[in-house]
Amino acid sequence: MIELRNVHKAFGPNKVLNGVDLTIARGESMVIIGGSGTGKSVMLKSVLGLVTPDSGSITLDGQDVTTHERDAFLARFGMLFQGAALFDSMSVWENVAFRLLRGRLKRPKAEAREIAIEKLRRVGLGPQVADLFPAELSGGMQKRVGLARAIAAEPEIIFFDEPTTGLDPIMSGVINELIREIVTEMGATAMTITHDMTSVRSIADKVAMLHGGVVRWTGSVAEMDATSDPYVQQFIHGRADGPIPSVR
Amino acid sequence: MTNALSGFLAGLGRPVLEFLALIGRITLFAAQAVGHIFRPPFYWREFGQAVMQIGWFSLPVVGMTAIFTGGALALQIYAGGNRFGAEAVVPQIVAIGMARELGPVLGGLMVAARVASSIAAEIGTMKVTEQIDALTTLSTNPMKYLVAPRILAATLTLPVLVAVGDSIGIMGGWLVGVTRLDFNSATYLKNTVDFLQVWDVGSGLVKGAAFGFIVALMGCWHGMNSGRGAQGVGAATKAAVVAASVLILAANYLLTEVFFSA
Ligand SMILES: Nc1ncnc2c1ncn2[C@@H]1O[C@H](COP(=O)(O)OP(=O)(O)OP(=O)(O)O)[C@@H](O)[C@H]1O
Ligand SMILES: [Mg+2]
Repeated sequence: MIELRNVHKAFGPNKVLNGVDLTIARGESMVIIGGSGTGKSVMLKSVLGLVTPDSGSITLDGQDVTTHERDAFLARFGMLFQGAALFDSMSVWENVAFRLLRGRLKRPKAEAREIAIEKLRRVGLGPQVADLFPAELSGGMQKRVGLARAIAAEPEIIFFDEPTTGLDPIMSGVINELIREIVTEMGATAMTITHDMTSVRSIADKVAMLHGGVVRWTGSVAEMDATSDPYVQQFIHGRADGPIPSVR
Repeated sequence: MTNALSGFLAGLGRPVLEFLALIGRITLFAAQAVGHIFRPPFYWREFGQAVMQIGWFSLPVVGMTAIFTGGALALQIYAGGNRFGAEAVVPQIVAIGMARELGPVLGGLMVAARVASSIAAEIGTMKVTEQIDALTTLSTNPMKYLVAPRILAATLTLPVLVAVGDSIGIMGGWLVGVTRLDFNSATYLKNTVDFLQVWDVGSGLVKGAAFGFIVALMGCWHGMNSGRGAQGVGAATKAAVVAASVLILAANYLLTEVFFSA
């Protein structure tokens, strides 16, 4: 279980998180929605310790994330970055198998490559891309390689930062199904940021909306459709008028 | 009046304090990097790539620099020596000049231009495209994976580059001496070998190691602390080369004081 309590983070004068409270239960698929620039990515990164909150606490299974043994803690996580963040000095398969080629999960090269190719297949990429370099791929392909890398070591907690942005509708469907599968079949805990409402509906157990530096609303998908909260309503229907200003 | 004075003092003190804090942070960074060199796991592949990148591919530029410098040095020493009938010292002075000063300093500066910039640009780009964050989430410490191998590789390979540069520089002097200044080839070489002492060469190699450390440290530090975007990487690259060059020259003076002042 991941718990954020009263988390604050500012970059200089720019107050991004202003007391975020959020609980993600084990084996649950939590989807975070919210306007561009509201701090969704920053929130995800603060759980992983890539961004240090100014105040508040973040716990994993009741223990503060900063006191966990760092290696063991990170070994439980997989993360897809918004910009994919592939290592451009190595080939696609070496990116995917990064964890399997070094450290505590190290295994023979041939075996690691086989696993990488299998993970690539799951994100809709054929074995012919395995030996290409990230710079030779389209944006959507890079995103999917990033996804394959995030799930390669079968982590128990996975963060996806906009997994379907830049993908065609069919590929988005494939990825949504994959995320759902990872949660239901492998029992993983997932936290996904997305702007894609189809995605929200197909992968979310629960939805949280970040606005104004706080989690403004949480609930199931059914509750999301039924809520009268004007912020949520405006967001899920994509209206230009409403309480959320269109210039921010 | 007191306000104006304290304002003035504060204005004077703040940059000094900031500068001291910066030195503190860089020292800490260097200490961490060195610590990672000695604690497993060690990334041999990254180390090997860094040796190729820093050492092997710098050979041509270091060699070219050395041969022309050695040649010019021979001409100048001949002209200078000529004024009081001491033309014969050309082989000795070329050798000592190359081994003690010009080999390490010019080698260090050329490597600073080539390597500090490329390390800073590479690591800076990795920083702004979140590849450094990605490394961390993949249970790989960027200090250990990116910084430590580069610092070790530069510290170990620069002395080798200096040795190669020394030899090529002395050869440049010999070439000019024999073809342009009417030195006897065998005598020139014999004078060089007889004159040079182990410490002349050894001190240059120690300088080389220090300069290699400086180059990689500045490249890594500026890359890891790069600002956001292409502009941030550009600024980091420039700062890395400038800082590495100035520090090399300063360190060279200090080491020369330590090694050779009577
Ligand atoms: N390293 C950083 N330094 C300074 N400001 C930052 C940094 N990272 C994020 N920010 C700021 O924090 C705010 C939130 O950024 P974040 O990337 O979390 O937005 P987001 O909700 O993920 O938006 P999007 O949906 O567009 O990805 C932005 O105003 C951004 O400028
Ligand atoms: Mg984001």
